[in-house]
Amino acid sequence: MKNCEYQQIDPQALPTPTPTPPPHHGKDTEKKKEPRRPRRKWEVFPGKNRFYCDGRIIVARQSGVLPLTLGLILVTSGLFFIFDCPFLVKHLTSCIPVIGGVLFVFVLITLLQTSFTDPGILPRATPDEAADIEKQIDNTGNTSYRPPPRTKEVLINQQVVKLKYCFTCKMFRPPRTSHCSLCDNCVERFDHHCPWVGNCVGKRNYRFFYTFIVSLSFLTAFIFGCVTTHLALRAQGGKGLVFALQESPGSAVELVICFFSVWSILGLSGFHTYLVASNLTTNEDIKGSWSGKSGEDVTNPYSQKNIFINCCSVLCAPMPPSLIDRRGFLPTDESAQTGSADIELPTLAAKSEINVCTQGTKGLLESAALSPLLSTSCPQGKPQNAHSCPETSPALNSDPTSEFSKGCRGNHMSSSHGDTSHPRHTKARSKKCKREALHIPNPAFDVPVSPTSPDAAPDSKARSHKGGSLTPLH
Amino acid sequence: MAETHSLQDMRQQTAITAKVFIQRDYSSGTMCQFQTKFPSELENRIDKQQFEETVRALNNMYAEAEKLGSQSYIEGCLACLTAYTVFLCMETHYEKVLKKIAKYIQEQNDKIYAPRGLLLTDPIERGLRVVEITIFEDRSLTR
Repeated sequence: MKNCEYQQIDPQALPTPTPTPPPHHGKDTEKKKEPRRPRRKWEVFPGKNRFYCDGRIIVARQSGVLPLTLGLILVTSGLFFIFDCPFLVKHLTSCIPVIGGVLFVFVLITLLQTSFTDPGILPRATPDEAADIEKQIDNTGNTSYRPPPRTKEVLINQQVVKLKYCFTCKMFRPPRTSHCSLCDNCVERFDHHCPWVGNCVGKRNYRFFYTFIVSLSFLTAFIFGCVTTHLALRAQGGKGLVFALQESPGSAVELVICFFSVWSILGLSGFHTYLVASNLTTNEDIKGSWSGKSGEDVTNPYSQKNIFINCCSVLCAPMPPSLIDRRGFLPTDESAQTGSADIELPTLAAKSEINVCTQGTKGLLESAALSPLLSTSCPQGKPQNAHSCPETSPALNSDPTSEFSKGCRGNHMSSSHGDTSHPRHTKARSKKCKREALHIPNPAFDVPVSPTSPDAAPDSKARSHKGGSLTPLH
Repeated sequence: MAETHSLQDMRQQTAITAKVFIQRDYSSGTMCQFQTKFPSELENRIDKQQFEETVRALNNMYAEAEKLGSQSYIEGCLACLTAYTVFLCMETHYEKVLKKIAKYIQEQNDKIYAPRGLLLTDPIERGLRVVEITIFEDRSLTR
């Protein structure tokens, strides 16, 4: 029994075509049998983000001062419409509330879009990719878990650009991409993390952000102007400012808010207009990446050397798609995959050989279809007997013992099935998982079918291949 | 018994030998382009010309998606005027091209890559970072 897998499959429920009762086409069966709804990718997203409306809305974990921003805008505009508009409509023109209304709507919509849109988050590298990159860099056979920081140089428009390796996302960051520590994501064309909107500003939402600050500066300036006019008109005829303020107290509040914010917002708009015109990001500007202050002859390789074209390419370029596919459904065998971002591939390589009897056999066959990825979802640090590696949907059947009695034999295959459509699967993951979950270091069951693949690299693909060709020894 | 299972499973499963990753080519900037260098692992599986043609076709399609033309400017200006609410109702140009790319990859897989035991994964599933080519083992050798 010890060698039984605790792939939580209910053999009875498996409609396999094979006559033998132990089911091995667990994947589909599990999907069918278990009542749990399929999970969406946002539920296992590794970054520090929060999702609402079933993945439609994405915000950073810390909302920053977004409520304050919203509050200030709503309060100021509300006071404007209540206190100033009636007077100004009567004494000036009725266009004022219309213009104010349009600006207000613009500001609100663009603010919400900036806050709730994916800024251009790059999904983390799959374990296969990470392993591939590691192999390419680590040619010296260095076995340390954390190699020294790596950079890769590329030539972009005759300018040397260094690409840094991101240890969290396990990939070389594309140019202009930066890792935001607050959101724990790599963001493309990373501008900055704005606490006022509670989100990063990156490739996808920069245009919303820019429109927001420009329209906000118009709105603030407009309200400021209107309030000043209003108070001036009221104070006419020798009545004095105090009288005017007493008659319209809301205006005082607006005046204060607008006075203090208009300068900073106008300044910010001006700064970002400069950035847009020269196709720079705040990040690059602050770091001085292209200013040549280090004495080198550097120019911005992304600039089109024409202000108009730069503006168009930043603001009017086709809207790039979201790369993280928040609302996509997880394939059942990967439901736990994306949950854990840190894949200790060297660890995997070190431990992957230990197998228990048929476990090993199964593991080998299994590993043929499973990628090393899922090893991370293995509760490595938390041995959970009843809750072993959720290769398919997690907690399928949290009681493995029943499984043992029934289908201790072929159920390891369950997780590996259905792979034809999902070539990326974990390999040694299941092995490792089993080991940990079962707490079985049982040498008696030591499987002689040890992976003899010549490829000792962390990913055990070749191993599984070899394992597959060896008939399992029972 | 696990034996039987495993053999049967092997038949139903496709065993993956290796995965090759075609990385991005940044020489022309941040545009989505992939390297056309022929990976050595595919040498005995597919024709170099064929492979390069596929990658070039993909590159062209991505370039088309990101192209700054009059159409994209009009779309951008219109979107700006409507406070970008059009993005909620309309499919963007990029998305249309992505669909085309998905179809193309499907077609390539069916016609060219699958018969050779290879499988192209749509780069969008990998965050447009890599073109993942899965090499399946030649099952005739394993049984």
